[in-house]
Amino acid sequence: MAGTQLERRQSAADVSLIEQARRRGLRYNLRAYTMVFALLAIWLALAVATQGTFLEPRNMSNLFRQTAINGYLSIGMVFVITAGHIDLSVGAVAGLTGAIAAMLQIRWLPALGTQLGVTWLQPGWPSTAISIVVALILGTVIGIWQGLWVAHGQVPAFIVTLGGSLVFRGSILGITKGVNIGPMNPTFQWLGQAYLSAVAGVVLAIAAVALIIAYTFVSRRNKLKYEFPVKPLWAEVGLAAFYSGLAIGFVVIMHRYRGVPVPVVLLIVIAALFAFVFSRTQLGRYARAIGGNLEAARLSGVNVRRAIVQIFALMGVLGAMAGIVLTARLNAATANAGNQFEMNAIASCVIGGTSLQGGSGSIPAALLGALVMASIDNGLSMLNVQAFWQQIIKGLILMVAVLVDVKSR
Amino acid sequence: MLYGAASLPTFRRGGGAALTLGSQKRVSKWGRAVHVESGVLLDIRNVTKDFPGTRALDDVSMEILEGEIHGLCGENGAGKSTLMKILSGTHPYGTYEGQILFAGEPVRFAGIRDSEARGIRIIHQEMALVKQMTVAENIFLGAERARYGIVDQMKLYSETRELLSRFGLNVPATAFVGTLGVGQQQMVEIAKALRGHVRLLILDEPTSALNDSEVESLMTTLRELRNAGVTCIYISHKLRELFDIADRITVLRDGRCIGTRPTRDVTEDDVIAMMVGRAPTGRFPPKTRTAGKVMLSVRDWTVRNPENKELYAVRGVSFDVRAGEILGISGLMGSGRTELLQSLFGEYGFQPSGEIAVEGKECSIHSSRDAIALGMALVTEDRKNTGLILMHSVIHNMTLPSLPDLSNGAVVDTNSELASTLGMVRELNIKAPSIESRVDTLSGGNQQKVSIAKWLMTRPRILMLDEPTRGIDVGTKYQVYELMDRLAASGMAIVMVSSELPEILGMSDRVLVMHEGAVAGIVGADEASPERIMSLAAMGAQEGAQKGA
Repeated sequence: MAGTQLERRQSAADVSLIEQARRRGLRYNLRAYTMVFALLAIWLALAVATQGTFLEPRNMSNLFRQTAINGYLSIGMVFVITAGHIDLSVGAVAGLTGAIAAMLQIRWLPALGTQLGVTWLQPGWPSTAISIVVALILGTVIGIWQGLWVAHGQVPAFIVTLGGSLVFRGSILGITKGVNIGPMNPTFQWLGQAYLSAVAGVVLAIAAVALIIAYTFVSRRNKLKYEFPVKPLWAEVGLAAFYSGLAIGFVVIMHRYRGVPVPVVLLIVIAALFAFVFSRTQLGRYARAIGGNLEAARLSGVNVRRAIVQIFALMGVLGAMAGIVLTARLNAATANAGNQFEMNAIASCVIGGTSLQGGSGSIPAALLGALVMASIDNGLSMLNVQAFWQQIIKGLILMVAVLVDVKSR
Repeated sequence: MLYGAASLPTFRRGGGAALTLGSQKRVSKWGRAVHVESGVLLDIRNVTKDFPGTRALDDVSMEILEGEIHGLCGENGAGKSTLMKILSGTHPYGTYEGQILFAGEPVRFAGIRDSEARGIRIIHQEMALVKQMTVAENIFLGAERARYGIVDQMKLYSETRELLSRFGLNVPATAFVGTLGVGQQQMVEIAKALRGHVRLLILDEPTSALNDSEVESLMTTLRELRNAGVTCIYISHKLRELFDIADRITVLRDGRCIGTRPTRDVTEDDVIAMMVGRAPTGRFPPKTRTAGKVMLSVRDWTVRNPENKELYAVRGVSFDVRAGEILGISGLMGSGRTELLQSLFGEYGFQPSGEIAVEGKECSIHSSRDAIALGMALVTEDRKNTGLILMHSVIHNMTLPSLPDLSNGAVVDTNSELASTLGMVRELNIKAPSIESRVDTLSGGNQQKVSIAKWLMTRPRILMLDEPTRGIDVGTKYQVYELMDRLAASGMAIVMVSSELPEILGMSDRVLVMHEGAVAGIVGADEASPERIMSLAAMGAQEGAQKGA
């Protein structure tokens, strides 16, 4: 066979491989699009039922704010569930880390300051910074500790985190003595309650657009460098314009009320960061490999134990994140803060198509799931539906979402 | 009549004698007259079974006589399991061609229930017992002696005792199955099978997990069952057992029935000759490789079974492999070949002992990571469970072991990942709709290429292949062979475990034969013959064949 002919056929085969990869990507995206359509349908229904109030900027702002805390937890939960495990302790971790932050700011740091005879440990931005850092470290340590139980102790994660949640809930009660700890310093409250100013909002929008354009440009250049086929230029420009439009529109709508809520900004940043970790780093790959086929992963040289500890550590940091923002929003730490948060996080992941068998999951889809859950909560409250119906409806939606997912696979 | 005592046939036993039985009328359990001709219980006529890409059974015809113990043997993949799956209804009527007559009547099993209703029971290699339940509860699982849903315990245990004593099975009815040894668990399996109306008992490799004394008591039990009139098909490739227990022996090879012989008329050598058959011709590429320096050297390697720490999976194995050499490892199923490879790779065994040296340097391997760092790679035999992540894409499967090389820090460089995957897809000519396709959508041959490719991407110096061509078509096999020769010629040391004798003979420069975890012999390519290897594999090293219990 002539060499040139063979080569031509081979490179044609490569092109078709990539072409089909893209087409498959489209089909995969179709599933994500269904999620988007489902969310839009729910929004439309609620808008009609509330005569448009649901879609007003004020309510949209509330909706996203309500999504934020569950969003942090859902992001971590995607890693844990994809690796084939579960974490039932995230609500308690959020509660405990939030309580520790509040205790530090309101009791411990001022007391320490008095003892040392310094004033800068009184509530103020330094004490806010210390409280946050300590809470984040505590969350990480808790995560590592539970991860060690799972990875090295071979105790099922269900049990480790069930026991862990009791340990942490008990600790909260012991530390706070059951009373609310508050109010927080305004610098702390800012994290949960503030909105970006108009200037900051414009900066955010510009930054988002710049990132979208840069990403499109860099990935196109890299593809060209490796001689992979690229989409036509107009398609790339169009896509980038679409996403930029979304980002700008979002900021504009938020500013028609008070601006982008700070917890939502945090959510966007964290989501972007961890979506990257999930899809582009070794840890993300290993999480999927471990959940997909533990034996194959082990025999392929994956350090399974280390990866599991890392995943639980990551979940712990995000749990602490949720705890800090929750305390900031409520302006106090309470004994039952974070109750049932784990269930919302798991439900968001599952509605977003993360397989409880492990092996596959998606952070954007889990966030869409979190938005679906928050929309139902928010919309039904606006309609004055009694709380018990809200629970029943949320439960049924979770079950139907998984049924649809299972049947469509 | 509770568990079919009355329906157990009470014919005379014995292979030759049964041939002379005239046809007779009998009233079956269902009240119909059953016409039994010439004492033939099971008549398999011209059965052919195709799987996509392969023909598992090719026009197989054989007869099982009423009351005999019929030995069935053949190399791995000869078609024994497929035939048994047809008999049990696992492969239902309509998925194969040909006819099966049971007790003189044509049967068309749609599932296991149908074959069990006729009294055919199979005892599989892997036992299906609930370890947390007692012997009696296991035996009557799914057929509890209950009234209004409440189990009658007294009846359960008394019936179990009766059943156990009638067949001379020495197991306590109230013991928890988990507390029993493997041999006794086997007895429970047999008792469970005998619970109902049984006319034909099929045992598939029943002794693979038993020690010598357990094998002995199994043999005694089978003889008693024969005396009680139960017909039995005994599948094994351990010739000594077959000659000990079987009245007649049938040999399958490559899906064909080679012949049935009364045991007393043949020798072990005759059966081996029937099993191995033809010489390999033209199915293997010419050797272009030459052996260089020693890459891997293993001395006195001993590994215990992690699930049963008294059992040795690998005992005192020593061998060398050179660069540019293919060392074939042959042996029967359960002889410790896979365990040897996995333990060398740091992923199997309780307290392995012995010495491993890579390129003359002594080293210790505690995990696959250590092995990979030393330039070793292991393509496992079981693509589905240990080789690939079926739900993931070709590209993610292929780059999993080499991700650290394809990353900057912790971040995967997706462009170089894509480039090296495409290079490998081209080099191995992998046919996939796309590199983003899930691997479970690929054919077996392409899946195998992906599992080899994923290890080639780690640039190994020592490549261990466990059953590299299992379940793949002939064309792909040849490509795999060519690849192996090419890799060896480029200086790689290759260790290949294979159950296919022609493959072992056609590809190996030397053949290491294992028997019960130990090396039965290492044979050079020039002196290797099918008979030589099969007799080493089936009977061990001649001088050390008889090992104590």
